[in-house]
Amino acid sequence: MKKNIDVDYIANLARIKLEKKESSDFSSQLGDIISFVEKLNKVDTKDTPPTTHPLPLMNVFREDKVKESLPAEKALSNAPDKKYSFFKVPKVIEEA
Amino acid sequence: MREERYEAVMGLEVHVQLSTKSKIFCGCSTKFGAEANTKTCPVCLGLPGALPVLNREVLHRAIKVGLALDCRTAKMMKFDRKNYFYPDLPKDFQISQYDLPLAANGRLGILTDGKERTVRIKRVHLEEDAGKLIHMEDEDASLVDFNRTGMPLLEIVSEPDISSPEEAYDYLTQLKTILKYLEVSDCNMEEGSLRCDANISIRPKGQVELGVKTELKNMNTFKGVKNALQYEIKRQGEVLDEGGTIKQETRLWDEAKGRTSPMRTKEEAFDYRYFPEPDLVPFIIDKELVESIRKGLPELPRRRLERFIEDYKLPPAAASLLVNEKEVADYFEDAAGIYKKDAKVVANWITGDIQGELNKRSLSIKELGIKPNDLADMIKMIDEGSITGKIAKGLLADMVETKMNPRKIVESKGLLQIKDKGELDKILYEVIKANPKPVIDYKNGKVNVLTFLVGQVMKATKGKANPKMVNDLLRERMDKL
Ligand SMILES: [Zn+2]
Repeated sequence: MKKNIDVDYIANLARIKLEKKESSDFSSQLGDIISFVEKLNKVDTKDTPPTTHPLPLMNVFREDKVKESLPAEKALSNAPDKKYSFFKVPKVIEEA
Repeated sequence: MREERYEAVMGLEVHVQLSTKSKIFCGCSTKFGAEANTKTCPVCLGLPGALPVLNREVLHRAIKVGLALDCRTAKMMKFDRKNYFYPDLPKDFQISQYDLPLAANGRLGILTDGKERTVRIKRVHLEEDAGKLIHMEDEDASLVDFNRTGMPLLEIVSEPDISSPEEAYDYLTQLKTILKYLEVSDCNMEEGSLRCDANISIRPKGQVELGVKTELKNMNTFKGVKNALQYEIKRQGEVLDEGGTIKQETRLWDEAKGRTSPMRTKEEAFDYRYFPEPDLVPFIIDKELVESIRKGLPELPRRRLERFIEDYKLPPAAASLLVNEKEVADYFEDAAGIYKKDAKVVANWITGDIQGELNKRSLSIKELGIKPNDLADMIKMIDEGSITGKIAKGLLADMVETKMNPRKIVESKGLLQIKDKGELDKILYEVIKANPKPVIDYKNGKVNVLTFLVGQVMKATKGKANPKMVNDLLRERMDKL
């Protein structure tokens, strides 16, 4: 069964701007992909342990040791805009 | 009354920063107060190709907290990505834990208005902190400092078992006490190492179904949490009374105005689209590790309280005051170990005058600088009769100022109690001579003027005389007149 996907909603969450045509194309394509993957739901997984990670690796740690950080100039070197040693961004404010 | 018609249901989310030396997934320092963007690296800046690796100490501390809150530690845990856009989040996702948190199903006992209650802990999970935003006044821009990104955070989520703002306050106080006992965090709210959000709904009394809840943010003190909840209970009650409905929303507490208001945000739908963090492998937490951490747990406040009441024979109120802060409780035990005669006397000095000095100077007991040995010495001096209780009170302030041993201070300032009868007699004579009227009154049977005369003698000796001795001597002398 073909799924209907709310592409505009997803595009908004991902901050992607879509044209109307793109929106309907992607809706149909994403629907196809989901329907394809949904075939997996038919497989009996009663005795299959859930996969949490594709690698057979566990418990990788680092010790609590301080390493040198980047100098501020380096950290800021890709910033489109900066002020003093801060990244500068359009004002976002959570206020009442 | 509205308060009687509705009952409130509250749950708290506490974020506590674990005080490890380095961040949760990289080696950047966690030191507070560094210059902006000087404690970052490719991992915590989210640069392409950088790989996070879990700090072992972070996991150990988190397990410790879970155990202290009677939680079940997960046999396996993993990390997930919580996706949202905000400029304080360099990767556009936060590494957190979703369906397999570190610990769950715990509880915390609280005591409110003399009533014991248990608040269930829903879950305890690890996550990384976000950066800090500073909003510019003169420009339509915000500044971002990423030093805080990747700081290890533990989120402790309670079940909605809290039924009053006072209980919320006690829950937070008790939780903070435990965290301080565990020495996993400095719990400094001003520096943001302890933060609290609250969920609150109200429902008509007797109704089983929960009301619509609001989420409260931006409370910077425990008292702020209490006030915000009080305000919100009243506000929701008024909305319902007027036939309105509560909107599920996030509201910000404004401490100065004393009210909550809905948060304006550009994100209309918070859909975090959690998915497993592929850059971090899962973690199997084996039994031996958990058991060795459990064995290393310190004595927790509850147990210590019982022991203080039982072993030191302290009244519960005093014991509870001492136990609330680990440093103070340690101090008491040190001093009571030196002055073994009566632990209650030691407790009285600490919960009374010493606590007074701490409040007055807003210092911790360590910063105050009176060594347990010095306090014990001072109490011994009262017992020996070398100083009066009154002198001792002033002496305590001198000890704070000079950081000197009380015996030395008393010697140098000549505060020793006047025990020489002859010396005291001379002063009595002067006082009697200077106050003929009260003396006559006394002779005429007005015995209560004696208090006045004792006061005059105490004044003349600057508190160095023993009031009882003065009392007796005065009587003796005047009866002979
Ligand atoms: Zn880093």
